[in-house]
Amino acid sequence: MVNTKVHVSGLELDNPVIPASGTFGFGYEFADLYDINVLGSLSLKGTTREARYGNPLPRIAECTAGLINSVGLQNPGVQAVIDEELPKLKKCFHKKVIANISGFSLEDYVYCSEKMDREEQVGLLEINVSCPNVHGGGMSFGTTAESAAQVTKAVKAVTKKPVYIKLTPNVTDITEIAKACEEAGADGLSLINTLMGMRIDLKTRRPAIANTMGGFSGPAILPVALRMVYQVYEAVQIPIIGMGGVQNAGDVIEMMLAGASAVQVGAANLVNPFACKEIIEALPAAMEKYGINSLEEMIGGAHHG
Amino acid sequence: MKNIVYEIKENKQIADKIYQMQLTGDTSAITRPGQFVNLKVNDCYLRRPISVCDWEEGMLTIIYKVVGTGTEKMAHMCQGQPIDALVGLGNGYDIAKSGERPVLLGGGVGVPPLYALAKQLKNEGKRPMAVLGFQTAKEAFFVEEFSRFCDVTVTTADGSMGIKGFVTDALVQMEYTYFYACGPMPMFRAIEKVAQGSGQYSFEEKMGCGFGACMGCSCQTKQGAKRICKEGPVLEREEVEW
Repeated sequence: MVNTKVHVSGLELDNPVIPASGTFGFGYEFADLYDINVLGSLSLKGTTREARYGNPLPRIAECTAGLINSVGLQNPGVQAVIDEELPKLKKCFHKKVIANISGFSLEDYVYCSEKMDREEQVGLLEINVSCPNVHGGGMSFGTTAESAAQVTKAVKAVTKKPVYIKLTPNVTDITEIAKACEEAGADGLSLINTLMGMRIDLKTRRPAIANTMGGFSGPAILPVALRMVYQVYEAVQIPIIGMGGVQNAGDVIEMMLAGASAVQVGAANLVNPFACKEIIEALPAAMEKYGINSLEEMIGGAHHG
Repeated sequence: MKNIVYEIKENKQIADKIYQMQLTGDTSAITRPGQFVNLKVNDCYLRRPISVCDWEEGMLTIIYKVVGTGTEKMAHMCQGQPIDALVGLGNGYDIAKSGERPVLLGGGVGVPPLYALAKQLKNEGKRPMAVLGFQTAKEAFFVEEFSRFCDVTVTTADGSMGIKGFVTDALVQMEYTYFYACGPMPMFRAIEKVAQGSGQYSFEEKMGCGFGACMGCSCQTKQGAKRICKEGPVLEREEVEW
C-alpha cells in the first residue's frame, strides 16, 4: 500500500493534487461531475478586493499543446466570495482550501488577506504577485525582489495562516525573487504562473486575444516549470507547490522529484474536467511502477547524488 | 453535463464546407434545443464547441462548417470512429416564450440549432416560421428538413436561391409573436434594428473549457457578466449589451 499523503506548512493533504486557481472556478461546477473530496485541496479562483469583470473578449487562443488566456481576474470580489462562494463550496468540499489573492496595491493584498484569514475553510493563502493580464497590476509586484518582499511582509503581518507567494516565470532570475520572499517571511512558494505569450489571427492579421497578450499554459510549459521548481528548490528552504503543464501522474511525480511538496493541475482541467480525479486514481499505480512507497519521501529526489 | 464517447455513425458533406455528423450514444444530458457539445479532436489542445442540431434517445446530430484546423480534422473523421464529447452544455432556447407564431432566424452555420427548436415548437402545437439565410445556394442546407415543421423562407446574399438579400429583408415583411436567432454578429445587429417584440439570440465565442470553469467567454450583459458557455449561449434580447 503506497502512501500519497503530503504536508504543506502543517496542512496535511491526502494526496498532492490541487486544481490550480482560475481553472476550477469555486469548485462546485466540478462537484456535479464527481466527488471533489478526492482532491488534496483546491485553489480558488483569484480573488480581488472589488468585483472585476476582467478583460474584453476574445480571452482565449489555442496553441500547440496549450492555450493563452487573458481573463483578467474576473471574480465577484472578496466579500462575495466569502458570503456566497465559500458556503456553496462547503456543501460539496469538506477539506481546507487555498485562497488565491490578487491585488493592485499593498492595501488590496492586506484587505483581502485579513478577510480570508478569518475563514475557517481557508487553510492557506496563495498570493498572486504574477498575474500577467492586468495592466499595471500584479506584474510589477512579482518582477522585482523588493516589491515581492514588500507584499510578503504586508500579508504576513495580518494573517496567521500559511502564506505562499505565487511566482511569475516572466523574470530574469526566479531564484532571486524566491529568496526575497523567503527572507520576507513567506511560508512557501507556488510556481509557476503562466508564461506571457501571444497568437496572431491569420485572417484578421490582428492579435488573437483582445488584450494582445496573455498567459500561456498547458503541457508545453512543463519543462520550463520543472526547471524553475528545480532551481528554486536549491535556492530556498521553504516548501514549494509546483505547477505548469501537469497532466498525468508521471508529471506529478516529476514535479515532486524536482522539489515540489504538492502539485497543482491547471489547463488540463479545461479540456478534461476529470483530469484531477484521473491523476489521483493513477498515482498509486505510477508510484508502484517507479518503486515509490511514500510520495513525501521523494520530494526533491532529483537533487540527490 | 456528461462526458460521453460517441461513435460516429455518419459524417457527410451536405453543402459547401458544411458537414453533418451523426453520433450514437447517451444523449440524456441534453435538455433543450440550442445547447451544445464540446468535442475532443485529435491533435487539437482545446475542444471544439458545436451546437446540437437534433437529438433523440441514443442518437445525436451536429452540423458544422470547416473554418479551421479542428473542423478540418473533423471533416476527415470516419464512420465507426469514437469521439469524446462533453454533452448538455449551455442553457438552450426557452420555448415557453414563443407565443403562437414565432419566427426562427438562422444565418449560415447558425441554422442547425434552430432545427430541433422548430421541431419542438411544432410538437407543442405552435406554428413556427423560419428564415434561413445563406451567402449563396451552394452553401444552403436543411431547407427541406425545416419545411416539415415550419413555413420556410430562404434568403441568399447573391440571389441564387430564394429572396436576394439577408434574413432581415424577409423578417420586415413578417408578423410574428417572438423571434429566435442564431448566426453571425452582423446578422444580429441587423435583426436588432428591425425586429419587433422580444426574442432570444444564441451567441458564439472562443471558449477555454465550455462548462463554466475558466471565465474565458464571459460577456457583459445588462444583468452583469454571463458566461456564454454556461448562462448562455442563448441570451434574451433585452439583456444583451450591443
